[in-house]
Amino acid sequence: MTVILGQLFTGVSIGAVLLLIALGLALTFGQMNVINMAHGEFIMAGAYTTYVLQQTITDAGLSLLVALPIAFAVAGAMGVLLEWALIRRLYTRPLDTLLVTWGVSLMLQQLARDVFGAPNVQTKAPDILTESTSLGADLSIANSRLFILGLVVLAVAALTAALKFTPLGRRIRAVVQNRDLAAVSGIPTARVDRLTFFIGSGLAGVAGVALTLLGPIGPTMGTNIIIDAFLVVVVGGIGQLKGSVIVAFVLGMLQAMVEYLTTLSVAKVIVFIAIVAFLQWRPQGLFTLRTRSLA
Amino acid sequence: MSALTNPRARAWLGFALGAVVLFAAAPALLTDFRLSLLAKYLCFAIVAVGIGLAWGRGGLLTLGQGVFFGLGGYAMAMHLKLADAGEGNMPDFMELYGQLDELPSWWAPFANPVFALAATVLLPMLVAFGLGSLVFRRRVRGAYFAILSQALAAAMVILLIGQQGTTGGTNGLTDIEGFFGYDLDDPVNQRMVYFIIAGVLLALLALTRQLMNSRYGELLVAVRDSENRVRFLGYNPANVKLVAYVVAAGMAGLAGALFVPAVGIISPALIGIVPSIEFVIGVAVGGRAALLGPVLGAVAVAWAKTALSERFPGTWTYLQGAMFVLVVAFLPGGLASLWGMVKRRREAAPPAPESTERVLVKEVAA
Repeated sequence: MTVILGQLFTGVSIGAVLLLIALGLALTFGQMNVINMAHGEFIMAGAYTTYVLQQTITDAGLSLLVALPIAFAVAGAMGVLLEWALIRRLYTRPLDTLLVTWGVSLMLQQLARDVFGAPNVQTKAPDILTESTSLGADLSIANSRLFILGLVVLAVAALTAALKFTPLGRRIRAVVQNRDLAAVSGIPTARVDRLTFFIGSGLAGVAGVALTLLGPIGPTMGTNIIIDAFLVVVVGGIGQLKGSVIVAFVLGMLQAMVEYLTTLSVAKVIVFIAIVAFLQWRPQGLFTLRTRSLA
Repeated sequence: MSALTNPRARAWLGFALGAVVLFAAAPALLTDFRLSLLAKYLCFAIVAVGIGLAWGRGGLLTLGQGVFFGLGGYAMAMHLKLADAGEGNMPDFMELYGQLDELPSWWAPFANPVFALAATVLLPMLVAFGLGSLVFRRRVRGAYFAILSQALAAAMVILLIGQQGTTGGTNGLTDIEGFFGYDLDDPVNQRMVYFIIAGVLLALLALTRQLMNSRYGELLVAVRDSENRVRFLGYNPANVKLVAYVVAAGMAGLAGALFVPAVGIISPALIGIVPSIEFVIGVAVGGRAALLGPVLGAVAVAWAKTALSERFPGTWTYLQGAMFVLVVAFLPGGLASLWGMVKRRREAAPPAPESTERVLVKEVAA
C-alpha cells in the first residue's frame, strides 16, 4: 500500500513538473500555433535568474520568492523580443518557426555558456524546502515537490481565472477560436498575440525557478525538457488548457508506474509508444476546438 | 549550347562532373586525413538527399533522421564488432562490462554479413514504415509530425544509453578494426571506403532525380502544397508521404552503415536530437527542394563545423544558430534559390515573356 501511494505521489510530482514546463507552451502553441523551441531556454533563463538573485540576496527563502516575479518578467521580455523580431514574420510558416527558434535556442545556450560558464551551477534551497513531510509510517514527501505542486496549482488557477474573467483573457479566447472574426470585431490580434507570448514565456521563467529546487542549472537544461513539454501539449490538444493539465498528470503517473516496474529508459520508450498509440485514437489530441476546417 | 539547355544532357553532364570531382580530383588533391573527413561529410550528404526528398519536396520536416542513421550504423557496427571478435567470441565491450555470459540473442543474426547488410537499409525502412503508416494515416502532420519524429530520436538515445550492457551505452560501439576482411587502419582500405561512399552518393542522387522527375515526384510536391486537393483528386496523401519518409529513412540507414567503417565509431551522441537537427540545417542552407542543394549544403556545413569548431568552439555555435535563423527566416529556398534569383534578374533585363511551362517548373522548384 505504501509503495503504491509512494509511486502515486512520484507520478503526481513528475506530472506537476511536466505541467509547469508545458503550461507556457500550451498558451503559445495553443494560441498562436507557434512552435517555440527556445521555450526551454526561457526556462533556463528563469533558473539562472534565481541563481543571480541568490548571489545578491543571500537569504535562500527570500531570493526564491523574489525570483518568481522577476523570472516571469525576464523570460516574458525575452519572449516578447523573440516574437517581435522573428516570430511575427513567420506566422504562416509554422515548420520554419520551429527551425528558426531552434537556432535562437542554440545561441541562447551558448550565451549562457559564455556568461555563466559551461559547468552546471547550483542554488541553495531554503531549509524548509530541503526537509520532507512524513505521511504515516514509512512514507515521506520532499517539501520541494510539495512546493512545486502548490506552485502549479496556483499557476493553473491564476491562468484559468485570467483567461475566463479578464478582458485580456476574453480577447485571447476570441482570437484562439476565430482569428479573423476577432480581428473584424476590433480586437487588435497582433497586440493580443504579443501579450499572450509574454505570459506564456513568463510562465517558462517561473518553471525555471521551480526547477532550481530539483537539480542543477546548466546551459543545456532546456533541451532536455522541451520535448516532454511539447508532447504534453500535442497529446492534450491545443487551444485550451484542460487537456494539457490532464495529460501531464496521466503521463507522470504512467512514467512513474512503468519506471517502477522496469527501468527509466524502458519507461521513456513505453511512454512514447503510448503517445503514438493515443494519437491513433485522437490525432488532434485529447480535447480540440470544434472547427469546420478540413483536418 | 544545346547541351546546356537540354535538361537530360545537363543531368548527364552534372553526374560526369560530380564523378570526376569525387573520384579523381578529391583523391588526387586531398591528403589521406582530409579524404577521410570528406568521406564522413559525404555520409551526412547521403542523409541530406533523403531529407531533401522528404522535407523539401514532401513538406515532412523529419527531426529524427538520426534514428535511422543510428539503426543503420548500429546494424553495421554490430556485424563488424562480431567479425572483429571472431567466431563464437563476444565483442570486447561486453566482456569488459562482464554482465553477460553469452551473446544476447538479438545480436546473433548480425554475425551473418548478408543479414547485417540488409538490415542496415531494411531496419530503418521498417521503423519508418511503422511510425509513418500510423501517423500519416491519422493525418497527424506538420509540426505534430516534426515533434513526434524528434521524440523518437530522444527515446532511441535513452534506450541505447540505458541498455549499456548490450549496446555499449554512452560510448557506443567503438574500435572497429576490420571491414569485411579489410584492415581499416590501412590508408588504402580507407580510400576504398571513401570510393564506396562516393559511389553510393552518386547512385542515390541518380535515383532521387528519377523519383523527383517522375509522376510520383509531382504528386509529392502536390501533397506538400495542398494536401486536401490531392485527396479530392482521389489519391491517398498518406501513401505518398509514406513512400518519401521510408525512402529517406533507408538512405539515412545506408549513410549510417557507411559512416561506421569511415569513422570507426557509432554512438548515441551521433544520432540524438542535436545531430538529427544538424542534418536538417545543411539541407536548409543548401536549398531543401533542389536536388544538389542538400548535398552541397550538408558538406559545406559539416566542413565549416570542423574548420571553425576546432579553433573557436563558441563562435561555431553562434554561427550555427544564426544560420538557422537567417537562412530559414529570410532565404527559405536556401543558397540554391540564389542561383534562380540571379538568373531571373538577368532574364528580366530584356522583357521577354516566359512560357507558362517554365514558370510552372520554377514554382515547383521553389
